[in-house]
Amino acid sequence: MKRTPGIVALLVLLAFSVLGFPAAAGAQEEPGFKGTLTATPEEGDKFPVEGVKITVTSPDGGEVGETTSGADGTWFVPVADAGTYVVTIDTGSFADGIALKNPDQTFRELDLTEGQNRNVLFPLIEGEGAAAPNVKSRLDRVPGLVKDGLIFGLIIAMSSIGLSLIFGTTGLTNFAHGELVTFGAVVALFFNRDVGLHVIPAAILAIALSAGAGGANELGLWRRLRRRGSGLIAMLVISIGLSILARYIYLYLFGGRRETYAQYALQTDGYDLLGFRIVNREIWIIVISLVTLIAVAFAVNRTKTGKAMRAVADNRDLAESSGIDVEKVILTVWITGGALAGLGGVLFGLNQGVAWNMGFELLLLMFAAVTLGGLGTAYGPLFGSVIVGLFINLSTLFVSSEIKNVGALLILGVILLVRPQGLLGRKERIG
Amino acid sequence: MDWGFILSETVNKFFGFQAAYFAIAAIGLNIHFGYTGLLNFGHAGFMAIGAYGMAISLNEGLPLIAAVPIGLLAATAFALILGVPTLRLRADYLAIVTIAASEIARILFRATEIGPFEARNYTGGSTGINGFSGPFKDLNPFDGPVDLWFVNFSAQDAWIVLVGWTIVLLSVLFVHLAMRSPWGRVLKAVREDEDAARALGKNAYSVKMQSLVLGGLFGALGGMVFVLGQSSVQPTPQDLGAPKTFFIWVAMILGGTGKLWGPVIGSMIFSALLQFTDLTLRGAQEEGWIPEWLMDGVQVGQTRFILLGLGLMLLMAFRPQGIFGDKRELALDVR
Repeated sequence: MKRTPGIVALLVLLAFSVLGFPAAAGAQEEPGFKGTLTATPEEGDKFPVEGVKITVTSPDGGEVGETTSGADGTWFVPVADAGTYVVTIDTGSFADGIALKNPDQTFRELDLTEGQNRNVLFPLIEGEGAAAPNVKSRLDRVPGLVKDGLIFGLIIAMSSIGLSLIFGTTGLTNFAHGELVTFGAVVALFFNRDVGLHVIPAAILAIALSAGAGGANELGLWRRLRRRGSGLIAMLVISIGLSILARYIYLYLFGGRRETYAQYALQTDGYDLLGFRIVNREIWIIVISLVTLIAVAFAVNRTKTGKAMRAVADNRDLAESSGIDVEKVILTVWITGGALAGLGGVLFGLNQGVAWNMGFELLLLMFAAVTLGGLGTAYGPLFGSVIVGLFINLSTLFVSSEIKNVGALLILGVILLVRPQGLLGRKERIG
Repeated sequence: MDWGFILSETVNKFFGFQAAYFAIAAIGLNIHFGYTGLLNFGHAGFMAIGAYGMAISLNEGLPLIAAVPIGLLAATAFALILGVPTLRLRADYLAIVTIAASEIARILFRATEIGPFEARNYTGGSTGINGFSGPFKDLNPFDGPVDLWFVNFSAQDAWIVLVGWTIVLLSVLFVHLAMRSPWGRVLKAVREDEDAARALGKNAYSVKMQSLVLGGLFGALGGMVFVLGQSSVQPTPQDLGAPKTFFIWVAMILGGTGKLWGPVIGSMIFSALLQFTDLTLRGAQEEGWIPEWLMDGVQVGQTRFILLGLGLMLLMAFRPQGIFGDKRELALDVR
């Protein structure tokens, strides 16, 4: 079937991931989550922390409610129904000098029984170790944001090469490409957290399986549909169906929480550069993506297979009549695209945590990047992605981070208006 | 497991306001895709803008008679914004832009603040807007539960059901007349062969824009019926995000794309089908027929989305014309 290896891995994942906390008996108050935020200074007594944003989300990612802690540090989010919820503390809303005692515990996944009023603890500290993000002026934040944007752009670029090549060779706008990204991240998480492998071998296995998932996609679904003579729009709608199917299977098996890999996620070793700090993890993400992107560019330009890919993208019939095995080329594109999406997913997960809908969020940015750079071109995605990544991060200078993706999607509209073929695209593709 | 209860609930959903708002939105989508061949994957965006436009206006104290047109105007503006950059391009650009735009709309409705603008004071941020539907409920002529021999509704539900289905019938009548008119024939001509229509002197761009606006208005109306029916408007994906768009798509394809009654029948069947699988799974789970490690209470709610994805794929692969459609009337190739 479509994603047999993945489904099997995910089924095993399910067997391992049965989490649950016994519900503590809550006081008989209004049902929901509550707490009191207090910070412990290096010397002296605890004091309440005001103005910190707390968000409660349901397992399917839907927001249940949010609140801000009061002058006495208390907060309360009413939740009507029993179930599992994710309570997240927004570290961006901390005042200067305040930080989490455990910087990795920005969220808790908790069960809520019917009518329960549950207390949630987020221990905070105050002092030198807790450099607040807010102390910096706008200008000082720019170098750090450029770095974040560059990293994010490289991740988008790697994930979207497959999207662009698949479109180039088959004409399919694959809305399920984001789910290949999630696939890589989730499978790596499974090998890392549940099997117990170090994240590097886990990532290699995940990339191999993602390549397989890409190939299985082509062999099990798209090749058959092409042979049946399905139209491109029918296939586009089918890819949307596949995207929803896969996304909610991830949710079903994985749950609505955001998880991090066992290694490197909390890394703080790094270097202080011109006004920003780069940790080793980020350096490696940049190196790995650059090497991969250069290798892909070389392969597409110089190798025989790469030439065949470009030939098929240019004119399928002409390529076929000059002796190129078009179906084989398309399969290669899918496998390569799958592997790159998987790698993108692992790096994305390493940087921001793994969640069931991470691929769908990335997909819209990938579309923006690919359209900006030029749909169907080889280098377009790279340019587009870096611009989108930088734009998203730099826009947080002016808007709150909850709406930062809006800017990237607005770019999409603007570029279609002024230069629909993208920065590097050719005019005849768009008509 | 109480089969009688499941059956009566299923029949109720067949005629409930859920089927009605699905139908209204699907009629709009049918104008887009079925009659004009426009790939609108952001229908939830139209629904959200109509719903929020109305709810915010009501909240600010405007009467219903002003709030509904404000929602419709907002949806018109949304359609124009979407249409201007994309309608001259190949069909799939509209798909990408609409899906992105509906996400933008939802993110902005959910946002606490947009730059210096405190959006939450109007949209309620992530908690949405509740308790705006008073003016609508005040008009309710029913003072007790309505019990016909096969369905029964509470007084509150009966009112929205009556309004919803009235809008459905008027919409069907409107679409029937519109598609018989010369304008409707140009629409279909653009769907069949845009170049040919242009060669005959028709302004394809303008016709597509009109279709996008018109269908969007029905989407907005559907969104309004939806949020009036549940008395709250929430910026969640399930309510007004991408999954909602695809529910509408499946309902439309199921009934038959490009057919007058297709979206209506499809919506009724799909709405009832969702309720039936949901209740059956819940029942089977309570009976212990499905072990807890395989599916828990939260996962039952997620199965409907898995079925949605599967249903969309299978329908499109094996029966893209749906139950009543005609395959020759489908615009399935990029032109």
